[in-house]
Amino acid sequence: MSSDLKEQLEVERRNRKKLEEQAAAASATTTKNNARSQKATTRARGFVDEIKFDTDLYGAGDKYAGFDTSIGVSEEQQNPPQQQYDDFAPQKSRFGITAPRELLEELQDAAEEHSEDPLKAIQRARGTNRVIADRESDYQKRRHGRQLSPERTDAFGASNATEGGLNYSEAMRRVQLENEKADLMAKIKKAQEEKKESQEYQQTEEDSSARPRRMWDVETPTHPASTSSDTKRRNRWDQTPADIHTTAIAETPRRSRWDETPKVIDGSANSIFGETPRRTRSRWDETPLIIGNGTGSAVGFGATPAGAYGLETPSVVQIAAAGSAFSSKQQESQQQPSAMDARNMYQTDEELDALLPSEGYIIMDPPPSYVPIRTPSRKLMATPAPLQGSEGFHIGEETKHPEIELPSEIPGIGALPFFKQDDMQFFGKLLDGQNEDDMDISEKRERQVLRLLLKIKNGTPPMRKIAMRQIADKAREFGAAPIFNQVLPLLMAPSLEEQERHLLVKVIDRAMFRLGDLVRPFVHKILVVIEPMLIDEDRYARAEGCEIISNLSKAAGLPAMIATMRPDIDHADEYVRNTTARALSVVASALGIPALLPFLKAVCKSKKSWQARQTGIRIVRQTAILMQSGILPHLNSLVECIGHGLEDEHQAVRTTTALALSALAEAAAPYGIESFDSILKPLWLGIRKHRGKSLAAFLKAVGFIIPLMDVEHANHYTREVMLILIREFQSPDEYMKNIVLKVVKQCVTTPGVPAQYIKDEVLPEYFRNFWVRRMALERRQYYQVIDTTVELAEKVGGAEIITRIVLHLKDESGPYRNMVMEAISRIITNLGAMDIEGRLEELLMDGVLYAFQEQAGEGKVMLDGFGIVVNGLGTRAKPYLQQITSALLWRLNNQNPQIRQQAADLVARIAPVMKTCGEDELMSRISIMLYEYLGEEYPEVLGSILGGLKSIVNVIGMSDMQPPIGDLLPRLTPILKNRHEKVQENCIDLVGRIADRGAEYVSAREWMRNCFSLVDLLRAHKKSIRRAAVNTFGYIAKAIGPQDVLATLLNNLKVQERQTRVCTTVAIAIVAETCAPFTVLPALMNEYRVPELNVQNGVLKSISFLFEYIGDMGKDYVNAVTSLLEDALLDRDLVHRQQAASVIKHMALGVAGLNNEDPVLHLLNYLWPNIFETSPHSICAVLEAIESCRVCLGPGRVLQYTLQGMFHPARKVREVYWRIYNMMYVASQPALVAFYPRIENENKNTYRRYELDYTI
Amino acid sequence: MDKFGMHSQTEQLHARHVGTGNADTTKHQWLAHQHRDTLAHYVADNSLATYISIAEGETVARTKFNMLQRMQQPCGPPPLPPAVEE
Repeated sequence: MSSDLKEQLEVERRNRKKLEEQAAAASATTTKNNARSQKATTRARGFVDEIKFDTDLYGAGDKYAGFDTSIGVSEEQQNPPQQQYDDFAPQKSRFGITAPRELLEELQDAAEEHSEDPLKAIQRARGTNRVIADRESDYQKRRHGRQLSPERTDAFGASNATEGGLNYSEAMRRVQLENEKADLMAKIKKAQEEKKESQEYQQTEEDSSARPRRMWDVETPTHPASTSSDTKRRNRWDQTPADIHTTAIAETPRRSRWDETPKVIDGSANSIFGETPRRTRSRWDETPLIIGNGTGSAVGFGATPAGAYGLETPSVVQIAAAGSAFSSKQQESQQQPSAMDARNMYQTDEELDALLPSEGYIIMDPPPSYVPIRTPSRKLMATPAPLQGSEGFHIGEETKHPEIELPSEIPGIGALPFFKQDDMQFFGKLLDGQNEDDMDISEKRERQVLRLLLKIKNGTPPMRKIAMRQIADKAREFGAAPIFNQVLPLLMAPSLEEQERHLLVKVIDRAMFRLGDLVRPFVHKILVVIEPMLIDEDRYARAEGCEIISNLSKAAGLPAMIATMRPDIDHADEYVRNTTARALSVVASALGIPALLPFLKAVCKSKKSWQARQTGIRIVRQTAILMQSGILPHLNSLVECIGHGLEDEHQAVRTTTALALSALAEAAAPYGIESFDSILKPLWLGIRKHRGKSLAAFLKAVGFIIPLMDVEHANHYTREVMLILIREFQSPDEYMKNIVLKVVKQCVTTPGVPAQYIKDEVLPEYFRNFWVRRMALERRQYYQVIDTTVELAEKVGGAEIITRIVLHLKDESGPYRNMVMEAISRIITNLGAMDIEGRLEELLMDGVLYAFQEQAGEGKVMLDGFGIVVNGLGTRAKPYLQQITSALLWRLNNQNPQIRQQAADLVARIAPVMKTCGEDELMSRISIMLYEYLGEEYPEVLGSILGGLKSIVNVIGMSDMQPPIGDLLPRLTPILKNRHEKVQENCIDLVGRIADRGAEYVSAREWMRNCFSLVDLLRAHKKSIRRAAVNTFGYIAKAIGPQDVLATLLNNLKVQERQTRVCTTVAIAIVAETCAPFTVLPALMNEYRVPELNVQNGVLKSISFLFEYIGDMGKDYVNAVTSLLEDALLDRDLVHRQQAASVIKHMALGVAGLNNEDPVLHLLNYLWPNIFETSPHSICAVLEAIESCRVCLGPGRVLQYTLQGMFHPARKVREVYWRIYNMMYVASQPALVAFYPRIENENKNTYRRYELDYTI
Repeated sequence: MDKFGMHSQTEQLHARHVGTGNADTTKHQWLAHQHRDTLAHYVADNSLATYISIAEGETVARTKFNMLQRMQQPCGPPPLPPAVEE
């Protein structure tokens, strides 16, 4: 057996070598230095040359022949001849940025002045870890195992711009090679295990006199064979697979059992390692080797005693052990060096010798039964590293390069907010201090890109913004290679943070947009980097990834995308296939399903590999998930495409197909059952045939297809599937449980299924299996069970379900009681409590009370449940209220603040029911109790108590309230000063309510006191509090007259804080509204005479709100305020004019059609010169005011103003006037017809509108 | 500079309302839009159309048809750009 395998391995190795040589030749072409490689490329391209592309589709020549390949950014580069066309190319600058150039340039200079991004500073101060690699799951970490493959040739491009890339056949071969390698690895692993078994057997037979192995012998790979006695025997560690990072591996010829050093070879493919030289052996020196290459050139490494790193694991690549900054290329190829922590190093034998006294001690042999720990490193070696990736374990670089000073200033950039250790790898180049003048253009460009990237990654927000724009603008100038070759390795860096990724991905997006089809050679590289984002747990990262890939597919085109991803479709690694499927589904949604359909059909029917079929089906599934109902037009062909997968020979394919069908059905619901006709039969057969996970998938598909069916079919199929579902109720598998619950829910909601059937067949089993304590412990199942139960209740009625679970309300398990309560409350919310009667009602109330009193901890489930049940019962709750009240009073008195809070919250919920039951007496008792507890010290509880009082006041009315309002309000005034938000909100609501309904119960002096406290509330953060406070001002002003309140408010206008002033102006306007404007306006206008900017603006703002609120009441006050507005519109201060404009806006709208045209026209004359305002707020205000004037005065009048400037020689003037014209045109185009000016004919053109001259 | 997306809205505005213009709109374009709007107004308004048809001595339908036809190039062909004219 084992010799067979050996031969097989030998053959495979030879084959692989051949392939490797070919691959080496191919990858040699990537070194773009000389003619030799050119030749190699042309030879390698022989494959593709035979493929003839349709020239009609893909174009024959250079379609960019007549175009500039790059567009200059700065003005100087703009070619002068363009100027002369400007006159008749009017559309060109239509949507351009219109800011003056000096402003744009000013921003560029100002970049450095701004401080660091505050958010990032906070994050760093808090020590929040935003490194993506640290929160990845094992599966997601597999992305580190992927490499950025070499560029590919653009087979579809018109010109072969990228010489030296991989072409399609080479890419295919590469993947094939990888697959074979993985295959081989798996075989080796298997062989190893077998051998291990056989050897263990051997070992027991061996005589025990042979020197037993010592614990530190075992893992060391370089035993010279000369001293070993049993040279012939192959043992278990001699066939260790090397940790292969690239395809080029120099196999060492086998000599003895020890010399097959597991080599770790990495870096560029042309490096050939010599065999490890052997040394004479001493007792202690079996130290591991550190193999690594610092430079990537072909160097043979001697066996180094690993003094510094003393690693026992030979497979760990030690890169850059010397601490030299290594290039990003190497970093990228080696992914993550899992360095050993210096503190955890094993002691070398020398150290041990030095430590331990040499006399009086002997070195003991370990007992024969001792088995050394060898599994970790074993496993490490046996794992095919390129597939699994290095472990993702990453230690901060500080320990590695302690000597490198981190710069704070980068030449050519200036100060950066931060510069991380990891940045050194990528941006170290910028610090080498070389003079850029000596470099050639490509190197210069590279550095320029690097600098921009560094600014984007580490810079302040303004720096970032500018750099981002520059890199986008110059993308075509730089070319694709310099940009992507820098960005993509950065994105693979292990220490990448979320924000950095976001920014870099943005760079890719922008660059891609500019580069168009020049990105084609980089499509695969970009995909390797972006695909992992599609399975990120962060929704926004997923969306971002989707967007990039869809943009990529639009830039590169469908053929290029397919050609790039085709090799990955049947990749050996499941991770690669999964991400590729997701990426292709994004492509499908971006370019349309029909475009991708032929390809999908071909892939799904692939005969060669089941992996390809699975991936194809996965693409369909992901497309359905992504596009939802967008798949409907193509449903037929999609189902057809994957349907045969249900009877595939491979189970994985069958499962995936079932899942894809369920996704399709879910997306298509409620349409499209006819498309699924063809797969119903295999699906049903499948349910009978399968077990376990694939059965779950099939059930899921059935569950989503049944709701699409018509009534009779649904009924029939539900009965069919229910048998299996009921059988699977008992399945211990959680996945199965979730799916079963979902399918039951789906089936039950289908109209065709009769309630009686559910009652008889489903419910008993369902409750027996799912309404058990265990289900409450796992969150997902908890919700699933409740959802399904609520659906069942919809079908069979609430009482039926509640009867079955009501007794569980007294269960001893808290979470389970919660679950029962939540289900009951949801059922009652949906269905009401009408069918709950008699004994069930008693049981329910009893259970609810018990559960409420027994509840532990927080959570609103019990509280809400109680409220819902009591409200659902309505008047029928009367018999229980006495009991509830006494429980409440007792709990209000409880020592535990949480219990007090819950009790107070419950009061708020059941107060309306107590009113309907006529239990005013009980309510008064509760409210007196609450009143007594207003001294509560816990703000949360105090807030709830206020809330309870509020709801009692609401239902009981002001006059019947106990304690009387006159007593209650004075107690509330000091509470208004409380800073806690919950207290503030509830208190202001209560005070507002009293001011609104029962102001007469309180003295005016008390209300004034209240006013002063209310002023503070205008500063609150919560909008609802501020709104309530402002409204309360209105009520109070109404109650005690506006004068005093107004005085308080006008004083408040003088304060510095903007928010308070704004709220005060609103309050003044509200007072004016409630007490009629004439009570307020005189005082307000008088206040305008105060020569203080804030006050005057505040007054203007108040007037603006005032006119907004009073609407057409304003017609009597227009003349009164006109002179004030005149003054404001002539003021030098911008804000004055802006506010005045907004006053005019509201005023003119209010008085439209009320015969106030004269003053409005007068004000329009003052307003009009402000149209050249540039500040966005003021120009908005002015234009809106003009719009209102148009409504008030009619468009004809305003058109006459507008005509003055529409053909003004100055563009700036024209722009504004056209904007006003457009506004007017959009709003009242038909009305303008009558007012257009008469324009005389020109030589060829008739401009007169003769019809207007007709008279009969 | 374009803080509130005013310019970004213009594109949509122009797409939605054909007759709107900008600083580069020529006299001819502007007037062509005016004429079209006017003609559309006449066609849509029956009493105006009747009035015009009486003045022209044509049937209402013919008048409307004529006006619809005229909407293609209401002011005649666009003048050649000055740069080419010379």
